[in-house]
Amino acid sequence: MVIVGGTNMRKILATIIAVTSLGYSSAFAGTLVINTDLTDPAPKAAFDWAFNKFQEENPDVTIEVNNFDHEGYKQAIRNFLTTNPPDVFNWYAGNRMLPFVRAGLVEDVSDIWSDTGWVDGNLTEGMSHAKKPMTIGGKQWGIPYTYYQWGVYYRKDLFEANGISVPTTWDEFVAACATLKAAGITPITIGSKYLWTTAGVFDYLNLRTNGYEFHMALTKGEVPYTDPKVHAVFDKWDELVKPGYFLENHASLAWQEAIPPMVNGEAAMYVMGNFSVALFKEGGLTNDNLGFFQFPEITPGIPMAEEAPTDTMHIASGAKNKTDAKRFLIFLSRADVQEEMNKTLGQLPVNSGSKVDPDPFLEAGLNMLNNAYAMAQFYDRDAPAEMASEGMKGFQEYMVNPDRRDKILERLEKVRQRVYK
Amino acid sequence: MPGSTQIPYRKSSWWKLNQQRLTPWIFLFPGLVLFLVYVIWPIFNSLYISLLQWDGLSPAIYVGFSNYIELLDDEYFYISLINNIKWLIFFMLAVPIGLGLAIFLNQTIFGIRLIKSLFFFPFVISQVVIGIIFAWFYNPRGVIGPFLEAIGLGNYAILADEDFATYGIIFAGIYPQIAYCMILYLTGLNNLNTDQIEAGRMDGAKGLSLFKNIILPQLRPATFLAIVVTVIGSLRSFDMVAIMTQGGPWGSTNVLAYYMFETALSEYGYRMGYGSAIAAVLFTIMMFYILFFIYRMYQSEKKGL
Repeated sequence: MVIVGGTNMRKILATIIAVTSLGYSSAFAGTLVINTDLTDPAPKAAFDWAFNKFQEENPDVTIEVNNFDHEGYKQAIRNFLTTNPPDVFNWYAGNRMLPFVRAGLVEDVSDIWSDTGWVDGNLTEGMSHAKKPMTIGGKQWGIPYTYYQWGVYYRKDLFEANGISVPTTWDEFVAACATLKAAGITPITIGSKYLWTTAGVFDYLNLRTNGYEFHMALTKGEVPYTDPKVHAVFDKWDELVKPGYFLENHASLAWQEAIPPMVNGEAAMYVMGNFSVALFKEGGLTNDNLGFFQFPEITPGIPMAEEAPTDTMHIASGAKNKTDAKRFLIFLSRADVQEEMNKTLGQLPVNSGSKVDPDPFLEAGLNMLNNAYAMAQFYDRDAPAEMASEGMKGFQEYMVNPDRRDKILERLEKVRQRVYK
Repeated sequence: MPGSTQIPYRKSSWWKLNQQRLTPWIFLFPGLVLFLVYVIWPIFNSLYISLLQWDGLSPAIYVGFSNYIELLDDEYFYISLINNIKWLIFFMLAVPIGLGLAIFLNQTIFGIRLIKSLFFFPFVISQVVIGIIFAWFYNPRGVIGPFLEAIGLGNYAILADEDFATYGIIFAGIYPQIAYCMILYLTGLNNLNTDQIEAGRMDGAKGLSLFKNIILPQLRPATFLAIVVTVIGSLRSFDMVAIMTQGGPWGSTNVLAYYMFETALSEYGYRMGYGSAIAAVLFTIMMFYILFFIYRMYQSEKKGL
């Protein structure tokens, strides 16, 4: 395995060289070029393992990895896909891949999903629940290898001390907030400086009030933001924002900066993704005082859909070694590979044939997602980027100034009409 | 000198005849090429892109002036424009404050060099670092919030307050700018003509009138420079905004430069045409300002000042 680059600069240089010297080719037969942004310790370790394992099983293939910095990758992907495409690259499901698919930069891999001959005939079987987010225009454009659940992380000891049991309905949830507030504890902590945390709250309120179909219709731009059903979501949100159940000054805090209040016992809950557990534990919380529960039911009878952002692998349409690229994608979708990788990642394998480590948060997440009616990707992955950015700005503004709801929704409606025309 | 031997023209070629006129152009050529490729061409290309609807990947669609028409109806555009004006006005404070500090520091006492270099310090630190440090100061769990809470005023996070967040950022931006202006004035003060000051003293000028009528006119070049760099600094106030708030809360601290970046190049952006339209507006504003100053400079040079 050859690791090339490691910094963005090297890659930029490589791109420049590629552009200037026409006919430059980074790949020859048997070489598999993979571009990733997996520089954080856990993802890097997981993928190093996967690359080595793939190499072992396929000694004829040489893997060449270009590792990018996480933020730089979002810019770089646009450049490398058009100028110097790798064979395989990682990205995200849902609307996030749409611009690249639409520009014809991603290879259609429907055959991996449909051809039972590829992987012992179990790919569609083991991952059918994750097929929808990978599908655009009836075709599949990549394979998912990991995801994680969203929900409510809470302080078990604070709940106990105030005589609160885990809420399963909206009324119980609001009552719990009221009790905590009365006890001088901030019911829900949040840091909305980077906006996306607000979308987690909005999505869950929407999924529970109106259901998954409405969430998809809204993010696809089929419903106006001034719709009564959207107002219904904000009515529920009002019940939390107006009595001041969220952490004050949240607009100036990053999501990590909202964790200390909960670690210190000043706040009791956080609507978050499972990646936050590592940080909670670093702050000193343990399985004894940190718990997880599913976001409670709002409208009775609506099937419970969950947020489960999925990370994915794709083949570039300009790939030089598509055969080995497909072999790699198939390898990555195998139950045993996903199991091992997700142990390192601390996340959930997508393949339902994989097992997870005995960790209460992962087990709770797996249990919840396996019983989920459907999986939303997250507001900023289901909605197009422009809509998502304006939407999340609006959610943040609303959470500080709930009185401006009408003005904000009218503005979002204006954006919707522009973005989806 | 008549009669002296002249070097005869061995060959009166075209080159020989035009050498004097051509040489400067030959020396200018590499610079001109770079200027054309990296400055002039991108300007016109941006103006062209501002007429397109383009995400940088898919084929571009020509949409005429609709990006500009949309700008006129864009709340965030006006917020950014107003913030730019706020920056322009309040950033100017750096000039008098810098002058004040320079005069204060322009004395000969023991250890003044050390004190001066301490005052230079903000100018040496990178803008990015200043932005990060001020963001920590303003953080409700940082320095100012807990302090206000301790003296009973309640926690306050200026960067989360849509009405005042911009001033919080300007304050952070002014901090190194003051040091910059101070350096300019200190060098100016070093070059003061002592004869004039003495003459003024003899004529009975002192205090404010000495400063106003004799010192300040001599500092004109320094003042001019300080104003120019401050205005330019305020117009490109991109880095501070990017580091401290990313334009938030909900876009209330956006400035044109950052809004352009956000629409055209950020994670959720890639509206190249719209971003270019914003860039064109910013370019026009800067152009007017620069032309005005070039004109002023030209006028004062003519007067021989």
